Amino acid sequence: MKDVNSESSSVSSVSTASSSPSAARYEAVIGLEVHVQIKAASKVFAAVGTGYGHEPNTLTDPVVLALPGALPVMNKAALDAIIKAGLLLGCRISPVCKWDRKNYFYPDSPKNYQISQYDLPVCLGGEVEIELPGTARNVMGEHKRIPLTRIHLEEDVGKLSHGTIDSLVDYNRAGTPLMEIVSEPALHSAEEAYAYLTSLRASMIYGGISDCDMEKGQLRCDANISIRPVGEQRLGTKVELKNLNSISFVRDGIAHEIRRQIALVERGGVITQETRDYDGMTGTSQSLRSKEEAHDYRYFPDPDLMPVAVDEAWKDRIRATCPELPFDKQRRFLEQYQLPYTLTSVLVWDRALADYFEQAAGLCGKPQAAGNWIVNDLLRELGNAKTTLAECRVTPRHLAELVKLVDAGMLITASAREVFAEMFATGEEPGVIADRRGLRNAPSDGGELEQWCRDAITANPKALAEFKAGKDSAINAFKGPVMKAAKGKANPKAVDETLRRLLAVS
Amino acid sequence: MAVPLHFQSLAELAECLAKREISSVELTRAVIARTEAVEPSVRAFNSRDAADALAQAEASDARRASGQSRGPLEGIPIGLKDVIAVKDQPLTASSRMLADFISPYDGTVTTRLRGAGAVLWGRLNCDEFAMGSSTENSAFHPTSNPWDLTRVPGGSSGGSSAALAAGEAIATLGSDTGGSIRQPAALCGVVGLKPTYGLVSRFGLVAYASSLDQIGPMTRTVEDAAILLGAIAGHDERDSTSLRTEIPDYRAELAGRRGPWRIGIPREYFGAGLDPEVAAAVERAVEHYRGLGCEVRPVSLPHTEHCLDTYYIIATAEASSNLARYDGIRYGHRSTKAKDIVDLYFQSRAEGFGAEVKRRIILGTYVLSSGYYDAFYLRAQKVRTLIRRDFLNAFRDVDVLLTPTSPIPAFKLGEKSDPLAMYLCDIYTIGVNLAGLPAISVPCGFTGAGLPVGFQLIGRPLAEADLLSAANAYDQVHAWGRKTPRL
Repeated sequence: MKDVNSESSSVSSVSTASSSPSAARYEAVIGLEVHVQIKAASKVFAAVGTGYGHEPNTLTDPVVLALPGALPVMNKAALDAIIKAGLLLGCRISPVCKWDRKNYFYPDSPKNYQISQYDLPVCLGGEVEIELPGTARNVMGEHKRIPLTRIHLEEDVGKLSHGTIDSLVDYNRAGTPLMEIVSEPALHSAEEAYAYLTSLRASMIYGGISDCDMEKGQLRCDANISIRPVGEQRLGTKVELKNLNSISFVRDGIAHEIRRQIALVERGGVITQETRDYDGMTGTSQSLRSKEEAHDYRYFPDPDLMPVAVDEAWKDRIRATCPELPFDKQRRFLEQYQLPYTLTSVLVWDRALADYFEQAAGLCGKPQAAGNWIVNDLLRELGNAKTTLAECRVTPRHLAELVKLVDAGMLITASAREVFAEMFATGEEPGVIADRRGLRNAPSDGGELEQWCRDAITANPKALAEFKAGKDSAINAFKGPVMKAAKGKANPKAVDETLRRLLAVS
Repeated sequence: MAVPLHFQSLAELAECLAKREISSVELTRAVIARTEAVEPSVRAFNSRDAADALAQAEASDARRASGQSRGPLEGIPIGLKDVIAVKDQPLTASSRMLADFISPYDGTVTTRLRGAGAVLWGRLNCDEFAMGSSTENSAFHPTSNPWDLTRVPGGSSGGSSAALAAGEAIATLGSDTGGSIRQPAALCGVVGLKPTYGLVSRFGLVAYASSLDQIGPMTRTVEDAAILLGAIAGHDERDSTSLRTEIPDYRAELAGRRGPWRIGIPREYFGAGLDPEVAAAVERAVEHYRGLGCEVRPVSLPHTEHCLDTYYIIATAEASSNLARYDGIRYGHRSTKAKDIVDLYFQSRAEGFGAEVKRRIILGTYVLSSGYYDAFYLRAQKVRTLIRRDFLNAFRDVDVLLTPTSPIPAFKLGEKSDPLAMYLCDIYTIGVNLAGLPAISVPCGFTGAGLPVGFQLIGRPLAEADLLSAANAYDQVHAWGRKTPRL
């Protein structure tokens, strides 16, 4: 473990637990800058495809490579996507937005300026709803609405890979449409930041705006973090933390930075405004540059591009494609289907899974049973088979049929599980599988079952006496022989009902 | 004696070609031969590819033979300033930075010229990245004025004007950011048109100052300019600043739109610094219009005095950003001395750019810097609006404005070593770019020393047809652009 009290400019690793007594005296203030790659067929200012994992420098053209004389032309689909993101998050969509050049030299930036938006972004305001962990897994946690400052559109840069003697650059990613979603400094813990990112990510995936795969760099997060004594209104000096390239690194990195700042202040140190690089593998951070070394980006309006007017008709067209967000869906599921919180908290985070549930629930009329099958059995099988819902052979109708068979007493739960497993493997109708495997309950016409029940009661006077004496569980002693007589195919519910009816008059 | 092919007008040659009196190969050979003869003294070209030009000429003749002529430019050798991308040909911007750069693509004007059947001939010298007024800022060599080889051809499109005046091309394209078509046209005695901003696509034009740059024709006659403009004008989806507008048949409109025009004489354009011989030649042009029954009246463009300052803030700001891409990473000059990435930028750019380019990059970087932006760039943009308003106000009372193109005729090579003295060469042309207007320089005689003089007509936005007609009303009578220098 490295020196806890290292200077802010050097590598630091802080072991102080967040639960230390000093931590309670400080409040952390966190703002997140999240970059989300827009899923678009072509680049934001060039007629070239986008993608991940292609041969280096194949997704390029004179515009992407910034050859002499090349000019950018805006891709309207990228603007559609950011308007959608803005509408989903409750932003105001600017009636006019424009493009600015952000000037800085770096080899991953072909023009050595990035086309971005400075003072007229597409989206202003808005909020991200988050849920903090509840007191138990089955208890809903506290909800908060984290206000956004803005969302703007810009172009992604290329990718550098550093070798021992040289560095290589791949411009395939350069020019990919990228949204920067900037929150207000309104988050106060690593857990809130984690919840924010989880919710934001789900909303973007829900909207079909991005796949938000952090491993592919489709979602990237920088955090501005400061601390202040509890009760203080002014903001402390902020430190920008970069390279938080997984959601858990975001949580760990922020927790680490808060502890580092508290430790520094506690021993009389001063926080300096700087940018730090977090290494998630080692859990340490290192200063990249101080405020003095900060770039002067020399923003100015890009003379190659015209401002864009976004009218009501445009917004209405996009609004019609906006889905219900996860938390809204969860509230509806709790209300409309009377599902337990635990089920909804699994179902709503995957739009396809939620849709699957709604179809199955609608077809069988038994929402909770359908939900249970999905959350317990379907997800387990999908996990075991390492496959996805999209590839799943069990359709919502299949699942609904299975629920109906169980509900009608045609299948006992154990048999239904067998049917489900086979249905998952083959995609066959549950009824067909049940019949082929002889799992369907014997028809309970009443005559046969009643006779078996009478025989069982007669054969066990001891249990009869106990039951009559008020020991309800004594009824179970009759069920075994009945099941045996029925070769295991009796409906347990019918058996129970028949026994009780007969016992009442015995 | 008949005018040799290489000195005939585009319109005349188009007719000869159409009548099969000559072939494009013959014409192209004549132009190549003329170029080989005079180029050692004029040095208008950065590079030329005779084999490629002849192959284009053969293809043109074949099209014509099969009845597939593409119009008046079919088979005509046209030279392009070395800032316009031509596929598989050098694109140097007369800079060491791009000395070895070959363009992998055609610019839009290039595509359109090919589509019109033109023979693309040579890469014409200019000031480095089109920054200058004498072509002396070329990293490769200066170009001489064909009327006096000791003098400059003007700039930045000096190669385009000199090649035309020397008979090394039938027409050329230049680019004009602050006067770079019109001033060299005036100094070499040819016609030069700067179109309305947005009329001609900039896609494939090496950017100097994006909000000011326009490509335009340089020709021997106003009629030729009308023909060439018609071929390159029009909306292009690859240039977001390109205008959606109907393109009239400019040549046909020359006859259709007769005056008399109301001609405004901006008093601010006839003050100190204007050479008396230039003033006299321009005054004679004014008299010509009076003789046609035109009403000539004084007008005022009160913000004229701020044009130069405004231009050197906006143009350099945009240039500082536009030229950032020349870093030695992906293409262009890369220093072999660099120790690390930052050093690679410093060394490559220090070695690759000339003094004037560096001066403008530094100036532009400064005016955009944090804390200076409002005082310089933002204020310059506001003044720019006022300058444009001046022009539009004047156009309420007049149809065109008439001014000198350049305050002085061609000056000696090496004469103007002070950058500010050089900047003053553009004093009458810069306002037009800031206002986005069309303007044309028309040759109107010679000084006593035999140096060409031109006057400038400035028109309303997108009023190229009127502007060309008004210019033609003078040019078809005087035809100073048909005079040829003794070389």
